[in-house]
Amino acid sequence: MNPSIYRIANLKKEYARRIVLDVEQLEIQGREILALVGPSGAGKSTLLRLLNFLEAPTQGNVIYQSLTMNGKIPLQIRREVTTVFQRPALLHASVRSNVAYGLDLRGARAEDRVNEMLERVGLAPLAHAPAHKLSGGEMQRVALARALVIEPQVLLLDEPTANLDPYNVGLIEEIVRQQNRERGTTIVLVTHNIFQARRLAHRVGLMLGGRLIEINDTATFFDSPSDPRTAAFVRGDMVY
Amino acid sequence: MDELTRGLVQAIQLILSADPALLEIIFLSLRVTGLALLISTLVGVPAGAALGLSRLRARGLVTALLYTGMGLPPVVVGLFVYLMLSRSGPFGMLGWLFTPSAMVAAEIIISFPLVTGLTMTAVQGTDPALRVQVRSLGATRAQETWAVLSEARIGVVAAIVAAFGSIISEVGAVMLVGGNIDGKTRVLTTAIVLNTRTGDFVLAIALGIILLALAFIANAAMLRLQGQADR
Ligand SMILES: Nc1ncnc2c1ncn2[C@@H]1O[C@H](COP(=O)(O)OP(=O)(O)OP(=O)(O)O)[C@@H](O)[C@H]1O
Ligand SMILES: [Mg+2]
Repeated sequence: MNPSIYRIANLKKEYARRIVLDVEQLEIQGREILALVGPSGAGKSTLLRLLNFLEAPTQGNVIYQSLTMNGKIPLQIRREVTTVFQRPALLHASVRSNVAYGLDLRGARAEDRVNEMLERVGLAPLAHAPAHKLSGGEMQRVALARALVIEPQVLLLDEPTANLDPYNVGLIEEIVRQQNRERGTTIVLVTHNIFQARRLAHRVGLMLGGRLIEINDTATFFDSPSDPRTAAFVRGDMVY
Repeated sequence: MDELTRGLVQAIQLILSADPALLEIIFLSLRVTGLALLISTLVGVPAGAALGLSRLRARGLVTALLYTGMGLPPVVVGLFVYLMLSRSGPFGMLGWLFTPSAMVAAEIIISFPLVTGLTMTAVQGTDPALRVQVRSLGATRAQETWAVLSEARIGVVAAIVAAFGSIISEVGAVMLVGGNIDGKTRVLTTAIVLNTRTGDFVLAIALGIILLALAFIANAAMLRLQGQADR
């Protein structure tokens, strides 16, 4: 088993005095693909924002690479983690500039890496097109390429393929799988699609009402879950 | 009609002959407006960006003040600057009254709220999700602000052009604090007023054409930039 890249204990997040996230215990292993599933409002996106250090927890700390993250997060550490959100927020610039953006931020623009990335997501022919005029699937591929080109340690994916056609879903899943296999990038994937979780993830966790109900390796999670709520969720009987 | 045509022709001849008196007025107009605009932009764009990005409670009050500032009657600004700079005023010792410095001061007061307020609005109009995304990609605070400003670039350029348009064509305040002194504080607008009053229509028309041309160039430049941003 790989050493854990994140360790979380008693992590809470409140909005307007309402606890929306309350995770007792979670370890994310280096080089794994962890899928998080659960109904709307379960706190999945909130957890990703904390893992990306975009917001501070109300209680508890995220331990990343054995370092307790609190107060101001060092820039180098922030730059090891990035998120692809459900709705790709692209800059009003060319596809190429968007993909190169993270490198530009680091003062490390490398044309060959940008080109290679554009090839990988099948957008080389559109490199000079304005990013905001692309189709939904193409935009999401730009967002994915922009995240991958900076070679993050951890890639957080928040419903990256929601509302996309099967072709784009397949393409994105393959890139994610490849990134994990070949570069060892740790991936946390939030998805509403349990089939996608099953296809991609090494481990799957169920979130419900801000809590992590169960986390298990994929086969166990789907075939012999230990929590009855997981069983119900996997069967498609919604649990609230 | 005939007089108008003749005036127009002579005015164009005057412009083409690069009349030194005319050039001096144009040059002073551009110098005063340019300096005022430069200062308003250097302070107003960052201030507008900061306001647009902040989540401060007091922002409502600041916004109200800015919007009031955007609607200030220039002649009242002129009066205010006059009182500040007059010999008995708090800044009388500067000796700026009836000098280009006083005109620059008045034009800064007129253009600063415009640049700041319109920049703030442009920044607020950008996608909030993009800020989070940019931060997630590893942007520092300054890089995030820069990203937002470049997303809002059309609005920021429009803010600067609008401010330019309002101060290059401003007459009341510069007349008051500059005094329209020949060879010293006479600018395009005050010269037009004077020459119209004294019946020197040729010069007035020539100055008017130049003023229009300047406003046109500024707006054409803005449209061009917008076109580029739209690519
Ligand atoms: N910035 C915020 N301010 C207030 N409440 C928030 C904020 N962000 C999230 N919430 C609330 O926190 C709860 C969890 O939201 P979150 O977005 O993490 O859920 P989710 O599991 O990602 O849901 P979905 O599957 O619909 O995306 C929700 O009830 C939401 O309304
Ligand atoms: Mg969500």
